[in-house]
Amino acid sequence: MSLIEEIDYGTPRSKSATMVTLTIDGNEITVPEGTSIMRAAMDAGHQIPKLCATDMVDAFGSCRLCVVEIEGRAGTPASCTTPVMPGLVVHTQSERLKKLRKGVMELYISDHPLDCLTCGANGDCELQDMAGAVGLREVRYGYEGENHVFARTPGKSNGEINAAWMPKDESNPYFTYDPSKCIVCSRCVRACEEVQGTFALTISGRGFDSRVSPGMSESFLGSECVSCGACVQACPTATLTEKSVIEIGQPEHSVVTTCAYCGVGCAFKAEMRGEEVVRMVPYKDGKANRGHSCVKGRFAWGYTNHKERILKPMIRDRIEDPWREVSWDEAFSFAAARMRGIQKKYGRDAIGGITSSRCTNEETYLVQKLIRAGFGNNNVDTCARVCHSPTGYGLSQTFGTSAGTQDFDSVEDTDVAVIIGANPASAHPVFASRLKKRLRQGAKLIVIDPRRTEMVESPHVKALHLPLMPGTNVAVVTALAHVIVTEGLVNEVFVRERCDWSEFEEWAAFVAQPKHSPEATAILTGVDPKDLREAARIYATGGNGAIYYGLGVTEHSQGSTTVIAIANLAMATGNIGRSGVGVNPLRGQNNVQGSCDMGSFPHELPGYRHISGDAVRDQFEALWNVKLNPEPGLRIPNMFDAAIEGSFMGIYVQGEDILQSDPNTKHVVAALSAMECVIVHDLFLNETANYAHVFLPGSSFLEKDGTFTNAERRIQRVRKVMSPKNGMADWEVTIGLAKAMGYDMPYNHPSEIMDEIAALTPTFTGVSYAKLDELGSVQWPCNEKAPEGTPVMHIDGFVRGKGKFIVTEYVATDERTGPRFPLLLTTGRILSQYNVGAQTRRTENVVWHAEDRLEIHPHDAEQRGVRDGDWVRLTSRAGETTLRAEITDRVSPGVVYTTFHHPDTQANVITTDYSDWATNCPEYKVTAVQISPSNGPSDWQKTYDAQARHSRRIAPAEAAE
Amino acid sequence: MSMRVFVSRDAGAIAVGADEVAIALQRAAAKRGVAIEIVRTGSRGLYWLEPLVEIATPQGRIAFGPVTEADVPSLLDALASNTPHLLRLGATDEIPWLKRQTRLTFARCGVIDPRSLDDYRAHGGYKGLERALSLGSDAILNAVTASGLRGRGGAGFPTGIKWKTVAQAKADRKFIVCNADEGDSGTFADRMIMEGDPFLVIEGMTIAGITVGATKGYIYTRSEYPHAVEAMKAAIVAARCGGYLGSKIGGSTYDFDLEVRVGAGAYVCGEETSLLESLEGRRGIVRAKPPLPAHHGLFGKPTAINNILSLAAIPFILAEGAKAYADYGMGRSRGTMPIQLAGNLRYGGLFETAFGVTLGELVDDIGGGTFTGRPVRAVQVGGPLGAYFPRALFDTPFDYEAFAARDGLIGHGGIVVFDDSVDMRTQARFAMEFCAIESCGKCTPCRIGSTRGVETIEKIIRGERVSENLALVEDLCNTMKFGSLCALGGFTPYPVLSALRHFREDFVPTPTTLQAAE
Repeated sequence: MSLIEEIDYGTPRSKSATMVTLTIDGNEITVPEGTSIMRAAMDAGHQIPKLCATDMVDAFGSCRLCVVEIEGRAGTPASCTTPVMPGLVVHTQSERLKKLRKGVMELYISDHPLDCLTCGANGDCELQDMAGAVGLREVRYGYEGENHVFARTPGKSNGEINAAWMPKDESNPYFTYDPSKCIVCSRCVRACEEVQGTFALTISGRGFDSRVSPGMSESFLGSECVSCGACVQACPTATLTEKSVIEIGQPEHSVVTTCAYCGVGCAFKAEMRGEEVVRMVPYKDGKANRGHSCVKGRFAWGYTNHKERILKPMIRDRIEDPWREVSWDEAFSFAAARMRGIQKKYGRDAIGGITSSRCTNEETYLVQKLIRAGFGNNNVDTCARVCHSPTGYGLSQTFGTSAGTQDFDSVEDTDVAVIIGANPASAHPVFASRLKKRLRQGAKLIVIDPRRTEMVESPHVKALHLPLMPGTNVAVVTALAHVIVTEGLVNEVFVRERCDWSEFEEWAAFVAQPKHSPEATAILTGVDPKDLREAARIYATGGNGAIYYGLGVTEHSQGSTTVIAIANLAMATGNIGRSGVGVNPLRGQNNVQGSCDMGSFPHELPGYRHISGDAVRDQFEALWNVKLNPEPGLRIPNMFDAAIEGSFMGIYVQGEDILQSDPNTKHVVAALSAMECVIVHDLFLNETANYAHVFLPGSSFLEKDGTFTNAERRIQRVRKVMSPKNGMADWEVTIGLAKAMGYDMPYNHPSEIMDEIAALTPTFTGVSYAKLDELGSVQWPCNEKAPEGTPVMHIDGFVRGKGKFIVTEYVATDERTGPRFPLLLTTGRILSQYNVGAQTRRTENVVWHAEDRLEIHPHDAEQRGVRDGDWVRLTSRAGETTLRAEITDRVSPGVVYTTFHHPDTQANVITTDYSDWATNCPEYKVTAVQISPSNGPSDWQKTYDAQARHSRRIAPAEAAE
Repeated sequence: MSMRVFVSRDAGAIAVGADEVAIALQRAAAKRGVAIEIVRTGSRGLYWLEPLVEIATPQGRIAFGPVTEADVPSLLDALASNTPHLLRLGATDEIPWLKRQTRLTFARCGVIDPRSLDDYRAHGGYKGLERALSLGSDAILNAVTASGLRGRGGAGFPTGIKWKTVAQAKADRKFIVCNADEGDSGTFADRMIMEGDPFLVIEGMTIAGITVGATKGYIYTRSEYPHAVEAMKAAIVAARCGGYLGSKIGGSTYDFDLEVRVGAGAYVCGEETSLLESLEGRRGIVRAKPPLPAHHGLFGKPTAINNILSLAAIPFILAEGAKAYADYGMGRSRGTMPIQLAGNLRYGGLFETAFGVTLGELVDDIGGGTFTGRPVRAVQVGGPLGAYFPRALFDTPFDYEAFAARDGLIGHGGIVVFDDSVDMRTQARFAMEFCAIESCGKCTPCRIGSTRGVETIEKIIRGERVSENLALVEDLCNTMKFGSLCALGGFTPYPVLSALRHFREDFVPTPTTLQAAE
């Protein structure tokens, strides 16, 4: 194992299909038209000296090191900005070029510190490399001239203050900016613009005074910088350097793995020194992220070493007791005895489990296997229940698969993007950057969201925003369909060829009814009919139209209906089955797609096959050597209800904080309190653990092997870079628990689990660790028909056969505003925090978001006497909590918004029991509330906090004190 | 009938009192009960004669100059009594300095009222456009190519080829950009034409627009040129009212409109790509080429960006035919060049003439030697980035290739003369300092090199390790010349190296000081 050094080709890859042949240094080279001479040379293994060029951003031509000679052309053109032409004869080295490059390097070094040995970039500095490459041996200018290097004039007694010198900016928690080392190559500025799309950086001053400046000479932390790390990655010197590198030193080996945060599934190189992570660097060959990252994956991995992480198994008889640290064996046998005891007392179906969308496919598979084969029932569910279960339902009904139709590369061919109920800039930042790049190239964007999200307005991007009232998605999407049908914008050729025509006609007649027109529905939705009509026209006629949606679609009482309505829209306009189009759910968690694929739902075995199917069950029974129960088990809400009734008494929860993330917290508390054995398997004592009897410490994604499946169905390897700090990888923990319960699952390595998955799952038959190592990743279906996976689905026809149009009648939620609760609360996320925050709250990311705040429109705030930063009481029919207000017109009047990253916020005390009619996905996105000024935390928050503190006591720790 | 009097409103004339003279004339005439009509024209370009006052007579215009306020009564007396006057220069057209010029581009400058579309048309204005409209794009391209017109900004690129590239580019929008960001020391032709004949610029740009298929044009000029900005804006409004800008110009099927944009004072924004950046509202930073502006110019669209003098030459070429223009000149430099004579010179001003006149003729004969009367020592041709020529090279003809062959450039046609009191070390240092101040900061040779250049030449001036530092300056000039991204850094070596080569005695200390220094 060694450090993976990715080749930097200097300029981006050309997509041209036309090939051009030229001669570089005597070698004939054939490359796509539009390729730079620099890249063509690198293709042939000739590295032309360069500093300002890097293949993540467009050529800039500023450093003047990459000059070459071209026969028949005057001068010494820069090879980065000069495209190849047929028959060119290029020389990359000559006396003239040598002299020129040496001259340029001499200038660079005349304004650069000579502290290489103690520099943070020592060993990883392109300036150092280039000085070596061009043979720079002296700097004849001396170091007494104008410079940015010395705070005071050198060589003079009590030297004068150097006004050009700037101190180091250490404001960002993860990296530093040292202007004295800056060579003004603008790579950071361009990465911020071209890769990330934030435009936080610029060059201030001109000529010799030019310096990189965040915003208007602000600090990095104080600027618009979102800390994605693209600038740090782009920097060729020590100017922008990870603090971890400064502290630890250069890494010596690296391992490619997959980020454990959101569903984008960014590939990273974990750069290591021994078993210590030095830094995580986005991997350019990662097909989901193409070398980009966000603040979470790039920097927020410190939670794996957080002091609150639990490394020893713990048990207790009652939740009022302090925890007792025990051996793994004792923990397993304690848990097994309790679970088996419950089954004896209350029946086989009285226990169950919840798989984790953050664990690997293999681990998820094992948990559902344990439940189905070991527990002997189908009481398995997963957190997808509370997020994308309507996606599974809606897309399988209409298209025949429960997943997004595209790969992320597809966005590069999109002409019109529609975002519904999602804020990728916060929740799927790397995808947002890729989309914004396409938008800056001219693609159009329509945002359907109650809130003016970061996607609506960002540098050089202006979306058509339809700010709808929460809960009216179906009405809006059906109105879009109304316009498409009544204005004759349907792609009839596509529909006749690919879809069921009579179902289409029925649907078309339905949506064409005047009551579905934008004008008629405006009173419900609050959307300007003119804008809605324009949006429909743009989507239907603007070229490749792609819909991206998130939990703002699914987490509603009509979540499944909206998913179906979206699918209808895509079919009616022919926006399915090729690159650039499609219906794309943005999955929230790293492996929520995988956990669904792996049979985490009570009614489905891996591969979405119903448990009642005899043939399917036979297959599993034969391999698992057990008899399976053909009856679907309990869903999460059913488990809670059953617990309160007294018929469901034990639960194994892997990597999921159901208490914080499920709706109606008080109901969940009641259910957990009623159970006799709650087993929590997690990194931290999460909120659920406050009601647990067994705590099995988990392992982080850095400590185990496995695979994650991202939102584009891409299966990617997670690779172990260090030993599990808790002693066991999560898959081994589940095996241990199973064994204690009398069910043996003898695997030696997760690859063997994947082999079993492949053997049992038709869409996975071609998947193996060997293939993943070879190809980097594959997108399912991966089988005989698609041995290298399937980037875009439904190309020649829908998986289910004919695409199915389904009528989508808007039914208002029962959760309505009224005199007592006149406002609608909707929820979302913020960039720096992830989900319930268990990981990100335990990193430096808290500097950006230390608490959840309630966004209120100035009009509503004024009426209630609420000022910015005031504590407000937030009350719904379900409960009340307090948090601080942020006054903003990002939300419309009548709508309030908060995030749910902090447990103190107790946002889910407010949310109700209403849920999706088809899948029980909770209606998180609509709660009728009232707000009023408050003095501070509510009684509930205080009681909750006291209970949590009490419950988290650990006995040996107390003894030690 | 009232007496028609012409007084320039050119900024150069105003600077020496033309406004005051015009007011004095008006007042004095009123006092005397003489009806006069004062027409504020552009300048004839004979700046040592400004304020120049011309009187219309049946025999043509009679010139007086330089006229001060105090001269007004006597001047009116002389006119009234038809008696001679000390300042009387005779018929304007017969003034030798003007008579020996070939004014194709500046034919109307100083003659017509720059605010009057009618006056412009009465003097042959818009004949070029009329012809262009009847010819169509391909024939215009042929005419412009056949005229041999080359970029008057200094690069000398054939205008016809540039336009053809833009005409052939496929795009939903194209632009014409007029580079009127005249920043060279000793140049003023752009300003003069904008102040004196703004409709000519409009006509040239309009022809460019219909040729390449652009519907929008921008004139990018300097904030230091308020009079020119005002004149251009007024002319645009007048042209629009007259149907020469806007939709269906001149009754044709073509649409074309114009806007004036004023820069913020950066010399480098006269470089075409940073000019485009500035027009787009960004920092004036040079873009790498390719892509050429003709393919990927303003707002990423195909753009014909030409110097204002190139565009101003177009109406003549169309109106009188390519041959009429190409008949002037020498070698590959066809037509005329508006040469600007400045610096330490007796007769400074605008001298438009066919290519081929020698530097010596321009300086000694036309310019009349130095203003101070001391011997001419050095002549900088082509702005602050042009080479210094010694008397030994005065036989160089004014021609792109001839100047290049002697490591010089004609640039924008500016000539600045120095007498024998000049210290060429200071001039070399100034060239580097100018580059350091004006560098956009993008490319390394210019950004750091110019500052190091100043420092190293200062060391030479101080006598520190002179021969080593001279070698270093030469190396640095090599790096800047071949390594810089644009002409700012790339041409700064011209004045430095020419000073070193032709005036070496200023740099190398005399033997005695050499000993002292070591």
